[in-house]
Formats: sequence, structure tokens, C-alpha cells
Amino acid sequence: MDLAHDMLVGFSKSAGLFYLIAMAIVALAYACWPANRDRFDKAARDIVEDEDKPWQ
Amino acid sequence: MSGLTLNERQTGIAILIAVIATGIVMAAAGASRADVLEVHGYIVALVGLALLWLVLPGYFAPLPKNDRTASYYDDPTRAGVILAMIWAVLAMMVGDWVAWLLAYPQMTFDFAWASFGRLRPVHTTGVIFGFGGNALIATSFHVMQRTSRARLPDQLSPWFVLLGYNLFCVLAISGYLMGITQSKEYAEPEWYADIWLVIVWVTYLVLYLRTLMRRKEPHIYVANWYYMAFILVVAMLHIVNNLAVPVSLAGAKSYSLFSGVQDAMVQWWYGHNAVAFFLTAGFLGMMYYFLPKRAERPIFSYRMSIIGFWGITFFYMWAGSHHLHYTALPQWVQTLGMTFSVMLLVPSWIAAANALLTLNGAWDRVRDDATLRFMMMAAVFYGLSTFEGSFMAIRAVNSLSHYTDWTIGHVHAGAMGWVALITFGSIYALVPWLWKRERMYSPALVEAHFWLALAGTLIYVFAMWNSGILQGLMWRTYNDSGMLTYSFIETMEAMHPYYVARAIGGLCFLTGAVIGCYNIWMTIKPSSLASSTGDEAPLPSQLQPAE
Repeated sequence: MDLAHDMLVGFSKSAGLFYLIAMAIVALAYACWPANRDRFDKAARDIVEDEDKPWQ
Repeated sequence: MSGLTLNERQTGIAILIAVIATGIVMAAAGASRADVLEVHGYIVALVGLALLWLVLPGYFAPLPKNDRTASYYDDPTRAGVILAMIWAVLAMMVGDWVAWLLAYPQMTFDFAWASFGRLRPVHTTGVIFGFGGNALIATSFHVMQRTSRARLPDQLSPWFVLLGYNLFCVLAISGYLMGITQSKEYAEPEWYADIWLVIVWVTYLVLYLRTLMRRKEPHIYVANWYYMAFILVVAMLHIVNNLAVPVSLAGAKSYSLFSGVQDAMVQWWYGHNAVAFFLTAGFLGMMYYFLPKRAERPIFSYRMSIIGFWGITFFYMWAGSHHLHYTALPQWVQTLGMTFSVMLLVPSWIAAANALLTLNGAWDRVRDDATLRFMMMAAVFYGLSTFEGSFMAIRAVNSLSHYTDWTIGHVHAGAMGWVALITFGSIYALVPWLWKRERMYSPALVEAHFWLALAGTLIYVFAMWNSGILQGLMWRTYNDSGMLTYSFIETMEAMHPYYVARAIGGLCFLTGAVIGCYNIWMTIKPSSLASSTGDEAPLPSQLQPAE
């Protein structure tokens, strides 16, 4: 049991940390990528003025 | 029924017959062991029969036109909004009842069903799953169609999700009154109700994914991400935490698959993520759609909403163990929960700031429009209660706050101040759009509801802060000889005035919800005074000046 406990602690302190850092980098890069700016601005604007019918 | 195709009508009736048959089998099985499962069997069969009686006359109604893809399917959303308001009033009424019960414990009148232990989960399930869940399902149907620019893929599965979900809620609360519970907070319903919810929830997930796959707008708007996280993670949490072995297939009682501290850890992994993904992610989805719509301004920063989304999904998952400070749970797991809870403040405040900054430059609207003010105040309470939550998760603070009314105050700052206010705001925005009315029946009543809700929340939360901290301090006060200064009953006496104040705050909040129901009913009833525009054109979100 001690082995399993130590293994879990070791895993969460090493791989867990890097996993979170990696995910944070991916999420930040996606959100702040300059090429995505127009798409995000458009998405934010579009919902404000939606017409009440699906697009065909 | 008139919106369903022939195929869907037949499938729907087949499902209802299957539900009735299941109910009869459950009743027979329960009766064979003289188990309370029998009553639940009757309830399931009766609900199935009642729905069959409601829909059968519509079977021969004219079939829907073939061009139905040219419009959104809003009937389930309308039903969901009405159901949410009914649950709100019922569950808040029970909530205020138990609040008075705590101040005057003799009010159980020796009925087992009227004891605090049974009524309290009726309140929590009623407000969280009945009111909150129906509001989330209804608004998600609305938001996913609008932001995808596509109609729901079919007409039957949204009804299955909505009505099936409500059947689960009915089984849950009727079970508590009879003493059926697996004693896990916010996961009290027994195994058969849990299995039913899995079927309903997976249908919901598939429905959401199918609608997204039909989308005409290539970009998936951020509100959908939050709704998707809510649906996906709640499915995962619900299944894992409810893994249990029934004593008999003909009985209600089951035992958890986990034992001891593992059971506690799984329960609070579930419990805190229910707060995170049911009461936060879903309602943030609501906020990110209805707030910009109502304010007629795009969200302040779309990027912040994405970063906040990933922050919330990654951090919340690890925070649950802060419910188990100073227990048999390994110290490092407690520390992990505490650390992630503190880090959570960042994405939480990103969302709150994003909402408030969106309103920057539109404060005149917030002043004039109580609906928008509901949403603004919700964002303020979201910011406040997430700060408080991070603070209370710190082990040293928790040593004072845990097991006291401070926790109750914190939960209600979130549930009343954030969840209920954003829901009422969204419903007041949604009702005129859905029923093609120019505005709510009475803007003055929306205004009255706002002030009652705000006053009720403040009275409640301040009463519980005072009570909780006083309680915590009295519990840890020692005299010179190292003995506890106060007996437990003395702390109870000291709590009494705060319990009365709390019940009065709850009564204000409940009164507001009743006024809201009346206002919504007057808006949607066919001869509504708020004039109908008559055509199918979208209605601009009108300002509703209070005066």
C-alpha cells in the first residue's frame, strides 16, 4: 500500500505538474494566437445580433 | 405533440408504454419484499400514464410541415422555463420551511417525513436539480440552436431529456420523504433513479453533440463549451459517485462500491465538481450568452472567456478534497485540494470581471433595466462567493469555518446570489423572446423581484456569516483550566436569532420568486396585455425602464 501511495504522490508531483503546465500553454496559445483574433471578435459580435431563424 | 413527426409520435408512445411497464414491474417487485420501491413503481407508472393521456389526443393532429428546419424548435424550452419556475417556488418554500424548522425544531409535529433530515434534501435537490437543472436544460436548448444557427436534430429527444429529467427529480424528492436515500450529499437518490438519470443524461449529451454537428456557424461559441463541460462532466461524476450494489433488485437500498475514506473522497470529488460543473460551468454558459444579448454588447474579452474556461475545467477537478480537511484523508490530498481551490480564484475572477467589464459603458442600462441588473448582481456575487470559497478552502481558515453556518452562508451566497440571480435574469430576457412578446407583463414586478431577491440574499448571508463565525469561535473557546467554555446547547441558543433572520431572508427570496411566476404567467397567457408582435420577426432586446 505504501508503494502505491508513494507512487501516486510521485506521479502527481512530476507528471501532473508538467501536464498542467503543458495544458496551460496550449490553452493560452490558442486564446492569444494573433491569427485567431478576428474569429473571436466575430464570434463575440455575432451572437448579439442573431436573427431568429436557422441558416439554410 | 403537433410538432412531432409520425415516427416520433410512435416512438414517444412506445417509450411511455415502456415507462409504464417498468413502473408496474418495479411496483410488483417492491410489493414482493414489502419494500418502499413499490411506491416508486406506482409513481413511475402514474407519470407514464399521465403523459400518455396528455399526448395521445395529439396523435392524429396534422403532421408538421416539411420546412420545419427553417425555424428553431422552442417548445421544450418553453416547457423547461415553466418547470424551472414551478420547482423554484416549491423548493424555496421547502427551504424556508426547514429554515423555520431550525429556529423552531418543534415544528416537525412528530411526522417522520417532516423531519429536517428528510426535508433538507428535498430543498437542495429541488433548487439545484429541479430549478437549476430545468433552467440549464431549457436555456441550453435555446443557446445551442441560436449559436449553431441550426434547429435541434429531432423533436422527440429534447422532450425525452426534459421530461425524463423531471421524472428523476420527482423520484428523488418523493424518495427522501419516504426515507429512501443513499446518504451522499447531492447524490441521495438510490440506484434505480441513478440508472434512469444516466439514460436521460447520455441522451442529452448526444442531442447536444448532434446539434453542434448540424451547426451552420463554423465557430462554436464559448457558451456552448461551458454547457458541454457541464453535460459531460456531470455524466462522469454521476456515474462514478453512484457506483453501488443494490441489496436486492426488488428493493431500494444499495451500498456504495467504495468504503471508508475512499468513499468520502469520491463523494467530495463529486460534490465539489457538482458545484463546479452544474452550478458554475452551466450557469457561466448562460451568462456568456444572455448577458451580452441583453446588454446588446459583445462580451468584453472573448479570449478571457476561453482562458477562464480551461482554467475552470482543469482546476476545479482537483478542489474537492478541501471538504475533507483534518480527516483521515492523506495530508497531501488535502493540500492538493487547498492549493487548487486557491488557484481557482484566477479563472473565477476572469469570468466575473469579464461580465462586469462587458457592462462598462452600459451602466445606464443596468440602472434602468432590472433584468440586466439581475445578471450584473449575479456576476458580483459570483466574484464574492468564489473569493470566499478559495479563502475557506485554506486549511487554517477551514478549521474555524468547517461544520459551522459559515459554510451554509457561503453556499447560499453562490446559490441565491449567483445561480438564482443569473437564472432569473436569463428567464426574464428569454420569456418575451420565446413567447413573442414585446416585454414582460410588468417591468415594475421584475424590479420588485430584484430588490426582494437582493435583500433576501443579503439578510441570509449576513445572518449566516455572523452565526457561523460566532459558532466556530464558541466551539473553540477554552477556560483557564483547559475545559470548553460553552456546551453545544449554549451555541444553539446563541444561533437562534440568526436562524430567525435567515428564515426571514429566505421568505423575501421566495416572495420574489412567486412574484416572478405571476409576472411570467401574465406575460405568456394567451390574452397577455404585453402586446404580441404577431409576426415571426426577431424581437430586439428592449430596454425595460422601471419608471
